[in-house]
Parts: sequence; structure tokens; C-alpha cells
Amino acid sequence: MNLTTDRTTALKVAGLVVVAAIAIAFPYVYSNPVDTNYGVYAMIFVTVACAWNLFSGFTGYISLGQAVFFGSGAYTVGIAARDWHVTGTGVFLLLPLGAVAAAVIAVPFGLIALRVRRHTFIVITIAVFFIFQLMASDFSFTGGTIGLPAPFLSWQESTFNNPFYFTALGAAVVTILLAWLIRRSRFGLQLRAIKDDEDRALGLGVRTMRVKLSAFMLSALITGFIGGVWFLYITQVLPSSGYDPLFDLTIVLMAFLGGVGTIAGPVIGALLIEPTRLYLNTRFTNGYLSEILLGALFLLVVMFVPRGIVPTGGEWIKKFRSRGRPVVSPAGTAEQGTPVGSRR
Amino acid sequence: MTTLLRTDGITKSFGGVRALDDCTLEVEEGSITGLIGPNGSGKTTLFNVITGYAKADAGAVYLGDRRITNTSPDKVFHAGIGRTFQLTRIFPTLTVLENMLVPASSASRKAGGVRRKAMDQLEFVGIAGHHDQLAGTLSYGQRKLLELAYVLVADPAVILLDEPAGGVNPTLIGQIAERIAQLNAERQKTFLIVEHNMEFVMGLCARVAVLDAGSVVASGPPDIIRTDPRVLDAYLGVDVDA
Repeated sequence: MNLTTDRTTALKVAGLVVVAAIAIAFPYVYSNPVDTNYGVYAMIFVTVACAWNLFSGFTGYISLGQAVFFGSGAYTVGIAARDWHVTGTGVFLLLPLGAVAAAVIAVPFGLIALRVRRHTFIVITIAVFFIFQLMASDFSFTGGTIGLPAPFLSWQESTFNNPFYFTALGAAVVTILLAWLIRRSRFGLQLRAIKDDEDRALGLGVRTMRVKLSAFMLSALITGFIGGVWFLYITQVLPSSGYDPLFDLTIVLMAFLGGVGTIAGPVIGALLIEPTRLYLNTRFTNGYLSEILLGALFLLVVMFVPRGIVPTGGEWIKKFRSRGRPVVSPAGTAEQGTPVGSRR
Repeated sequence: MTTLLRTDGITKSFGGVRALDDCTLEVEEGSITGLIGPNGSGKTTLFNVITGYAKADAGAVYLGDRRITNTSPDKVFHAGIGRTFQLTRIFPTLTVLENMLVPASSASRKAGGVRRKAMDQLEFVGIAGHHDQLAGTLSYGQRKLLELAYVLVADPAVILLDEPAGGVNPTLIGQIAERIAQLNAERQKTFLIVEHNMEFVMGLCARVAVLDAGSVVASGPPDIIRTDPRVLDAYLGVDVDA
């Protein structure tokens, strides 16, 4: 028994080392900017999907307003760079500011939206999303409909993508690590209890509003940070690109495809969907094909793997391993017999 | 004996329906008090008002001499009142042990002793063998035991049980009653129990209060309550006053 657990742990560690090596080696092996571009986008979306999962996946509150944080992170970096005349590599120092701005926005957003549940919550997140999109196009300090340009970075074109790739990779790793730590913590337990039965958790002393809001802010912080990275990378932000309704649908699909509430699920979902989307968009110039396929994929996921690849795949593996033997002990046996330790 | 939990003239309406009407109830420290009454008499509503799930329109709730009227459920729990629900509410996708850790997660205690204490409570109610299982796989009766166990983790002064014997097989009913009596005798826990099973109530409770149309119409030892004309009136609808 101990030997097998040791072996599984060793396998897991080895697997992680291999994945890390591949991730680090990627921009050197495929050094063409066209290829590294895939890497940058993949890491950006791994980060946002995991950040979404940190809040929505763990609590069951499906947010369709993450673009609020993504766009606000981008705009904050853009506005700060413009008004404070930050140029060159120094703009990277503004990224934490974008993260904090998004987390601050999450406070009133959360205090309003987190009072309601399920469908009503989703509708409110969509409403807040459109408010921000409208504000971005109607205010003058955001550059209106023309948006904002990012400061020019005079880097060599052939390796221009690499700093972005590694920044996004770092953010992705930190986010995954955070998700893993939270899931094992008391905070994570409270989030999962809220997902199961929020009122019952409240009645057991869990300060549900505080817990939900903390997770929401953390998710916003990460999303705002990576929004800034994305802005510096594509060098401009528009109301329609910073606050893009498809952004939210895409990350929700990534999480659902991989497995909502799991650690690996959103990562796998993002790694499958984002490069495919990018490929279709560049190969067939207009974006409609990828959008149609994204919609079709959504339907397929809901119909065939509603819980996602990770949980369903795990079950298949278990089934395969235990062929001939029942996976779960028959139900009802415990109920009839006297429970352990009940008689003295 | 001192009064530990007291409601003073609680009134609560839902639209035009007056669920609680000037409801005054006293639960003595260290007692097991039964709360009976016909369906719709306001028992669960009273529980909801006491534990913060519903706001009273008028009246007050006291725990000891502390006024806890209309405070939120988490604060009521931290003040020392634990409750179970009529339809058991556990966390189905958490394991049994994780369920036990939820109430402890909000208390500022070290995590080390908590796990041990949680296992002790599971052992006490007799489902420790299932601690690794998802709570959703437990039978209805086992869920009732789990709900009782995780309320106990935080060591509340008063425990409110909403139909602990409802929908449970007779053997398990006996076991639940035994545990309640034991908690009361050995750990001086105070109980307020809503229950329709008269045998259960009369056997366990030192005092019984009868709720009818939102007010307490009678209270006292079970033997007296059994023959009280107002109780018969409330249950059978016989107009004995005439």
C-alpha cells in the first residue's frame, strides 16, 4: 500500500517536472514569433480560467463578469502609463497596479452581486460587465471608442514574445499553486461548503459573505494582472476587446470542458481551447468559424461530459483499473447494521 | 434553574399569515424541552427566528441575558446556539469528516485538535466508520446523525433539533434519543426539540411547550400536557371551551 502511494507521488512529481521543463523550453524550441504567440495566449487563458475557477468553480457562483477585471487591469495599466508618462520596460512595474484596481472594483461589485444567487447572480455579473464596457467607450479618460495604445517597447521582434510568455507562465503557475493551496485549506473548505449549501454553512458559523468576497477579490486580482499583461502584449485596448463578452463565455467553457472546481480542469480546458481558437482565427481570417465551433463544443460538453474531462476521465481510469470488481461498495449495507461504536 | 433561552413576544408574519403571534417561550438551562404543535403552528418559524434565518417583526430573543434578536445565523451560532433542520442539510460533496470541519473552520482554534474532536463526535453518534465517504452517500438516518455531530463540534450551549426522529427507522430513533439523553446528562447540554413523534417527546423531555396558531398555549411536564384541554383542542380541533 505504502509502496504504491510512494510510486504515485513519484510519478506525479516526475510528471510535473516534465510539464515544467516543456513549458520553460517551449519558446526556445519553437522560437518563431508565430509559435510563441500561441504560448503567450495559452498561458494568459490558463491563468484567467484558473482565476475564474478559484471563485466560480469553488463556490458555484458562475460569474460572467470576469472581463470587467481583465479589461480594467488593461485600462489601468494604459491610463497610468499615459498619465505618468511611463515608457519602456518600466510599464511592467504597472502590472500590480492593474491587479489592485481590479481587486478594488471587485469589492462593490461583489457586495452587490453576491447578495443574490444562481441565475440572478449570473445576470447581475452580465449587467455589470456591460456597464463597464459602456463606461470605457463613453468616458474620455479611457480614450473613448478609440481606446488606449500601450507604450512602445523597442525589443527585438524575434524574441519580443518571450518576456510576455514567461510573465504569463509565472502568473499561471502562481494561480495554479494558489488554487491547490486553497483547496486544501480551511478557506477552501468554506468555499466548497458554500457551493453545497450556503445557508447551512452560514448557520454553522461560516461568515459566507466575507468568504465569498475574498475569493472574488482574489480572482479579480489575478485576472486584472493578466489583463495588464495582455494589454502590453497586443499594445492596445478597446472597449470591445478589453470588455469582450466572448471572453467570459470562453473561460467558462474552458473550465467546464476541463472540470469545474478541479485544479487541473481549467488548465486542460484552456490548453485545448485557446490554441485551437487562435489557429482557426489565423487560418480562416474571420473569427466566425471559431465562434461557431466554440458554441458547438459548449453543447457537446453539456451533453456528454457535463462534469468535465478531469472528473469523468478519472472515473474511466478507475473503471478500467478495477474491471470485474465493484468500484463502490454496495449501498445500504451500513444503514441496516448497527453503526460502529453505537452500543456500549 | 435559570432560563438559558427565552423568546419574548415574538411576532412574525408572512404576507397576511401570522406565523408567530406574541410567542413567549422559556428553555431552562440543562433541560430537554419539547416543542409540539399541529402542522403550521409556527414551530419551524420560531426556530428560524431564534437562529437568525428569519427576522422577527416584533419581540426579542435572549440567550442568557444577551439579546440576540435578528442577528445573522453565523453570529447566533458563534453565540452558542446550534440547530439541525427538519429536512437534514449536510454538505453532500464533502466527505463526512470535511462536513465536521466546516463549523470548526470559522472558529479561531488550532487545526490540530479539531480533527481529533471531529472524529470523537463521529464516534459518539456512531458513524466514524464512514468518515472518508462523501456525505451525499449516507442514508437519511446517518445524515441526521451527521447533522447532530457537526453541530456538537462547536460545543454550543443550546441545541435546537427540528424533527430529529422524522423519517428515521425505529432502531435509529432509539439511538438518537439515547445520544440526546447522554449529551444532556453528561455534558449538560440544553435542548429544544420539535418533534411529532409523541413517544419520543414524552420519553425524553422534562418539559413540553405546545404551540398553536403561533403562540405557546401551554407548557409544563409531559404528563400534565398530555391531558391539558388546550392541547387536545389544538391537536384535535375539539372546542372544549364550549
